Amino acid sequence: MKDAGFIFGSYIVTLGAILIFAVSTLRSAQKSSQSVTDEDKTWL
Amino acid sequence: MSQVLQHSLPTGTRATRVIGATAILVMAWVVVSGLLLTPQDVVQGESVRIMYVHVPSAWIAYLAFIFTAVASASWLISKKHSMGFDRFAGASAEVGVMFMAITLVTGSLWGRLTWGEFWQWDPRLTTTAFLFVTYIGYLAVRRLEGSVEQRARRSAVVAMLAVLEIPLVHFSVVIWRSLHQGATVLNPSGDVKMDDLMLFTLFSGVVGFTLVFIWLVLHRQRTMLLVDIANNQGLDSAIVARRAEGSANK
Repeated sequence: MKDAGFIFGSYIVTLGAILIFAVSTLRSAQKSSQSVTDEDKTWL
Repeated sequence: MSQVLQHSLPTGTRATRVIGATAILVMAWVVVSGLLLTPQDVVQGESVRIMYVHVPSAWIAYLAFIFTAVASASWLISKKHSMGFDRFAGASAEVGVMFMAITLVTGSLWGRLTWGEFWQWDPRLTTTAFLFVTYIGYLAVRRLEGSVEQRARRSAVVAMLAVLEIPLVHFSVVIWRSLHQGATVLNPSGDVKMDDLMLFTLFSGVVGFTLVFIWLVLHRQRTMLLVDIANNQGLDSAIVARRAEGSANK
């Protein structure tokens, strides 16, 4: 495929950004949830 | 099993797990179809493959910013000033900024292949960059010192002003002479000149990115609630400690 570096690069940037955002959100949730009771987790 | 999942994913529910799994499947299809199955474009050649991630990310960024404005307006209008609206607005803006960043980076890679330049001060690119910087500013306003109510009020006003830029970005290719191509799918004539598989892949991208957006916003706003509660507990503990210190000194 011609220009494969740019094309694959755009997919890597897209999926990588989503993955990094998701992992950082879940890590932040894990850290904060330790001091919060289940009663305050209204979605449970 | 559910306790293990609850510990590792404290903001997860059955619904988010279903949405997440569906999003992964749809995104996998978009990658395979976008990179391997769809044909080259007559004009753009192979670079059209970038469109299957660039266009949906731009649309979802717009959608995220519109949701931010609607949730902000709801917070301002509602008598109870439910903080759920504020957290939803903040979560949606954060995810929107991420999708806008993806739009700018993938657009610049596409520009390098099509125009020979990563960046041009073209009306669409310039207004998009301005929109991106505006929402970075919105996120900065959310981090200013103050109570959660102050945060909600300040950021709601900024969000309602910032959303006015979206029509300017979208119609910039019509208002001014632009290098950027006009709308292919959302054009006023309604005549979409695209190969069926290309159109289906683009549509799949929109569905996949929408599912990713929903998943991220649900987790992000729940995380924000956890952070707010943890911060309040920290503040309460500090007040109790300070009072105890004051009593001991008397």
